[in-house]
Amino acid sequence: MQRVVRSTVIDAPIERVWAVLRDFNSHHLWHDVVAESRIEGGERSDQVGCVRSFTLKDGHRIREQLLTLSDSEHRSTYCIVDATVALQRYVATVTLKPVTDGDRTFWHWESTFATPPGQERALAQMVAHDVYEAGFANLRRYLARGEDLRGPAGSASAMPIGVAMPSRRAVVRRYGGPEVLEADDGEASAPAAGEVRIRQRAIGVNYFDVYLRKGWIPALLPLPGVLGMEAAGSVVDVGAGVSGFLPGDRVATLAAVPGAYCSVRTVPADWVVRLPPEIEDDVAAATLLKGITADFVLRDLGRVGPGKRILVHAAAGGVGLLVCNWARRLGATVIGTVSSEEKARVARAYGCEHPIVTREHKFADAVQRQFDGVDVLVDGIGDAARDENFAALARRGHWISLGQASGALQSISSDELVAKSITFSRPAVFDYVATHASLAERARRVWDALADGTLRAPPIERHALGAAAEAHARLESRRTTGALVLVA
Amino acid sequence: MIRVYVSSVIDASADTVWSRIRDFNGMPLWHPGIADSRIENGEASDRVGCIRHFHTRDGGTIRERLLALSDYDYQCVYEILESPMGVEHYVATIKLTPVTDGARCFAEWSAEFECAEGRERELVETIGDGVFQGGFDALKRHFARR
Repeated sequence: MQRVVRSTVIDAPIERVWAVLRDFNSHHLWHDVVAESRIEGGERSDQVGCVRSFTLKDGHRIREQLLTLSDSEHRSTYCIVDATVALQRYVATVTLKPVTDGDRTFWHWESTFATPPGQERALAQMVAHDVYEAGFANLRRYLARGEDLRGPAGSASAMPIGVAMPSRRAVVRRYGGPEVLEADDGEASAPAAGEVRIRQRAIGVNYFDVYLRKGWIPALLPLPGVLGMEAAGSVVDVGAGVSGFLPGDRVATLAAVPGAYCSVRTVPADWVVRLPPEIEDDVAAATLLKGITADFVLRDLGRVGPGKRILVHAAAGGVGLLVCNWARRLGATVIGTVSSEEKARVARAYGCEHPIVTREHKFADAVQRQFDGVDVLVDGIGDAARDENFAALARRGHWISLGQASGALQSISSDELVAKSITFSRPAVFDYVATHASLAERARRVWDALADGTLRAPPIERHALGAAAEAHARLESRRTTGALVLVA
Repeated sequence: MIRVYVSSVIDASADTVWSRIRDFNGMPLWHPGIADSRIENGEASDRVGCIRHFHTRDGGTIRERLLALSDYDYQCVYEILESPMGVEHYVATIKLTPVTDGARCFAEWSAEFECAEGRERELVETIGDGVFQGGFDALKRHFARR
């Protein structure tokens, strides 16, 4: 008996390689040596016992029977039933194993067979080179071109293109404090038409996640639910009709629907933007939503430029540092409130020229005395700073309410606004990135500003995805500086 | 039963890597987490059934029995007899498979065990990321330097 063993490593996740190889009738699509192939008797190609009948480019005809198919072990065993080539008692096994260190696939292909005397060497060479080694190269090329993602057209049987992938996640089963975040194992479905599946390596934590966790917006987080609006990583696979993304592309997502606290996520392609090589995953996760927030706050709402006075609350926070940094670059006079001297130092380093240290949200006197009020006020505090905000604003000042960390704002009456001709905005970021074009444009402005040094990435505090509860406790403690990121 | 599985590709032939990890008493030579090791009762380290008695760098004492050793399959199976980790029925396998298209091999290290409820995740991380991946990283560094 002859035994031939060949193995290689494919730069693609095992789910993707297996989706092709488990289909007993896919070889004519990816292997150059096979001219055409069909499953006899109209059976499905994952029916154990089915027979594929195929023709090689050199004219040989072969019938092979599927003996074993295991989705749990990623293994397929088959034998030759009859053939015009002199391979006797030929039994072959394809086995895939995940390379967990790097998300690649080990592919082992082996067979035993007998040959007529004198042909041992030639036939063993043929199997090893023309079938197995050429197959490795052909499948690599097939995957690189994304041909496996184009749908099953041409395949005699309708096969699932991808299978669900395991996804580690932090799940919320009841609303409450940080402790309600629990580590859990879920699944990321194979991408449907228009969807992209992403292996997420860094996930942004935002104060908005805290509101959802507390149950303030139950319509947006039905239970059990997964938090998280943004992440960065790379494309695993894409659904039908998706253009512009290929497996392996580095991307970031900003979603209008939570669900990013997980290791693998399937999302509409409209929520996905490409990540330039100079932006690291954790920087992307720390700056996509926060940077886009700074972008629309300063450009669309505040129209900040030279001479404008801007007051930024939580100036050493993730959004605060980016707003201060960018406003200063635009020539504004930047004033900020922070809760400690340490944070004042960091805020100053990011362009906040006039940090005010206050734990009790008392700042209006200082702002009025030194600057005669401010033109733009960026507020994430909410109710606790309500009266001070009115007092700190200059005439025709603009109050931009981004968040309500201290509690929901009481209603604001038009009388209070008219007293100083104050305007009030309560923007939601998702209205500013409602189309893919607007998301891509704003993301590009943030990446460009980071790449050319206009913006400095905020300090990043990293937590494991499994420790999301600790990350939330830290964020709410008001002791953090900069942005928090979960690492998957 | 909890299962941990870690795999990697090391840039050296299976023969070469096997000669570095085959010695059941040789962990201190290649694994950065292991401080010292001896085989109990002066037995040979490739006698199936022998017990290695070693210390981790953080001071833990571990005793493990060799259950299987195959130079043909590049495979070694062992069980924990005694350790501070709080695992039961712990059986681990380390295995190399040649990658035929190049001088490299596919390395797998897996374990099955039982433990107290609630500790699964922590142990999977300590064993998978710390012990297994830590060992593979050391091998990758070693063979990358040559």
